[in-house]
Amino acid sequence: MKKSALSLSILAALALGTASAQTTVKIATLSPLSGGQSDLGTQIRNGAQLAVNEYKAQFQKLGMNLQLVAYDDQADPATGTAQARKIAADRQILAVVGTLNSGVAIPSSQALASSHVAMVSPANTANQVTDRGLSNMNRIVARDDAQGPAGANFITGNLKAKKVYILNDKTAYGEGLAKEVEKALRAKNIQVVANEGTEEKSDFSGIVSKIKLQRPDAIYFGGIYNQVGVFIKQLRDAGIDTPVVGGDGLDSSELATIAGTGANNIYFTTVAAPIDALPAAKVFAANFKKTFNDEAQGFGAFGYDAAKVVLQGILNAARANGNKVPTREQVEAAIRKGTFTGLLSGRVSFNSVGDRTAATLYVMNVQGGKYRLATRIPVKPARQ
Amino acid sequence: MDLATLLPFIVNVIVGGLVLGFVYAIIALGYTMVYGVLQLINFAHSEVFVTGAVVGFEVFRVLAPSPMNGYLKLLIALVAAMAVSGLLNVLIERLAYRPLRNAPKLVPLITAIGVSLILQDLLRIIEGFQGRFDLTYTLPAGFSGKFCAAQSSCAAAGDFLRTVGIDLQLKDVILIVVALLSLGVLNYLVNRTRLGKAIRAVAQDRVTAGLMGIDSNRMISATFLIGGALGGISGVLFGMKFGTVNAYSGFDPGIIAFTAAVLGGIGSIPGAVLGGLVLGVIQNLIGVTNVFGSLLNIANLESINASYQRIGAFIVLVLILIFKPTGLLGKSNVEKV
Repeated sequence: MKKSALSLSILAALALGTASAQTTVKIATLSPLSGGQSDLGTQIRNGAQLAVNEYKAQFQKLGMNLQLVAYDDQADPATGTAQARKIAADRQILAVVGTLNSGVAIPSSQALASSHVAMVSPANTANQVTDRGLSNMNRIVARDDAQGPAGANFITGNLKAKKVYILNDKTAYGEGLAKEVEKALRAKNIQVVANEGTEEKSDFSGIVSKIKLQRPDAIYFGGIYNQVGVFIKQLRDAGIDTPVVGGDGLDSSELATIAGTGANNIYFTTVAAPIDALPAAKVFAANFKKTFNDEAQGFGAFGYDAAKVVLQGILNAARANGNKVPTREQVEAAIRKGTFTGLLSGRVSFNSVGDRTAATLYVMNVQGGKYRLATRIPVKPARQ
Repeated sequence: MDLATLLPFIVNVIVGGLVLGFVYAIIALGYTMVYGVLQLINFAHSEVFVTGAVVGFEVFRVLAPSPMNGYLKLLIALVAAMAVSGLLNVLIERLAYRPLRNAPKLVPLITAIGVSLILQDLLRIIEGFQGRFDLTYTLPAGFSGKFCAAQSSCAAAGDFLRTVGIDLQLKDVILIVVALLSLGVLNYLVNRTRLGKAIRAVAQDRVTAGLMGIDSNRMISATFLIGGALGGISGVLFGMKFGTVNAYSGFDPGIIAFTAAVLGGIGSIPGAVLGGLVLGVIQNLIGVTNVFGSLLNIANLESINASYQRIGAFIVLVLILIFKPTGLLGKSNVEKV
């Protein structure tokens, strides 16, 4: 009896000892892990996981046990907000990588603002995400008002189009992007035949007939690859070879798979450098494939970059705090003020509202199912 | 814009709507059959349909390298999809609906939605294991080409279609033929065979049919088998027509097909077909209203475009239900005391 009590107390002491030596520090991802967009959301989570794996040792040295917790927002604003509240309640979580959808980011970042949990978005492009000036919301991707005009410039400058047909997917993302493109095209006196929204995911016969009738020189589609790919397939099946231009929502290897033999004459703007253009991205892609048995896509790389920003921010804050676990407020400030390096998409620093101060937009071209870099465009956010 | 360019446009919009309508129609049959017998909306039908599409994808994928005749591949895909979807539907009925047969009507409805969600993520996991999400059909060569290309024996028909300006692809024609064939077989099965008679008897009055020596549970299983098989066929046709499906593709066509079934008069087989066709054409016409608006210079019409095609279809549904609550071809139930 006595012996066992003794061993118990030794065990307890040991357990306490390890607990005090190892403080758990968590970062969270918030992205759709179930439902129709889970493919993209899982990419973000997996990308962030790779970054966490890379930084584990550095945190270990400071006596911190780094962990990633993944939250599922189902691409739904209400679910995302509820998850954000759970994140806020877990005091060990210092910052969040997320979300995929602008519509989810807006209420979720609001819910996290009062508890100062910093958020770094790998994907949100809607202007409103940072225009509200929250101290915790940052993003590493270009805004709609940068991406839209870039797409429009490409349509007029490189494609020399005089008549453009615009489509959008009726989400905050697609509609916002399409509106920016329309504005930029109208400013250049280009004829915009239509700016139509469609939630349709499989049948585009009516729209294809209209395009056949109106013969635009280029088509812009503000939407996500799985919808746009089906549209392009049906467009090409109907014998229309007009170039289709889109935003970073098309940045997925699935686009060419879905469009099949129609995967020609497609262009899209994206902030992710093409993986074969960067040596670092090649290593990342190989790592990704090895760890998750899945091909890395644009959002996987964004997730990785966003997580690196978060982790470097926490490390900076920890150093300033005498190598102790920093508070959420310190992390929030460190992320907004810091400069982050070693990322796939280049150096990152944020302006006063959390937009990336300088980003490069790449225009990718899909031809015969192959992705190639068409051109690159430097962009700056609206304010510094 | 003159009539010569506009006419082919209108014809194409209507033809496109009809082809789409046939897909809706045959999915709607699955809803209507089950409703006719059990007065239950089988909300899991949209996933039964997607399962058929997934089976079709797998068959086409596996058979892609073989030099087998394209139509034979299609037949194998259809039969396999019918078998899997049919059996799945029977299984769903056995596990999720039969134990609740005497529960209040709301209960099986909720189970149906639950089954639908479970199947969605199950399909996602199964295909996800193989690293796939959007399943892209690899169709036999020629299926994506124009109907009646110049070198084929029906060149004259092809020429005629081209002069009228109709843009039909071979797969559209296949789709219509398969849909009409399955409709014919279903009609024969329900109206001319003993099985059909028994099913109709159970639909009319389960208890009395039981007293007459009909095993109503078996007939209900048979109905789910037939409904599921139709779902399987429509899944393959859907995949062929639109080229790609994923685990969540069923929701939209499912809701529209359900609407089509209600529009035609739920429980009525010809009603489901008519409802599907009407809905397909209406959707396509609403989608292009802005073209007519700009031609006729009616500003109000110009803003009605593809954004409104769903809402438009549902408004038509509401109007019909207001003026003819039983749907286009539905018969009202006469309660005898």
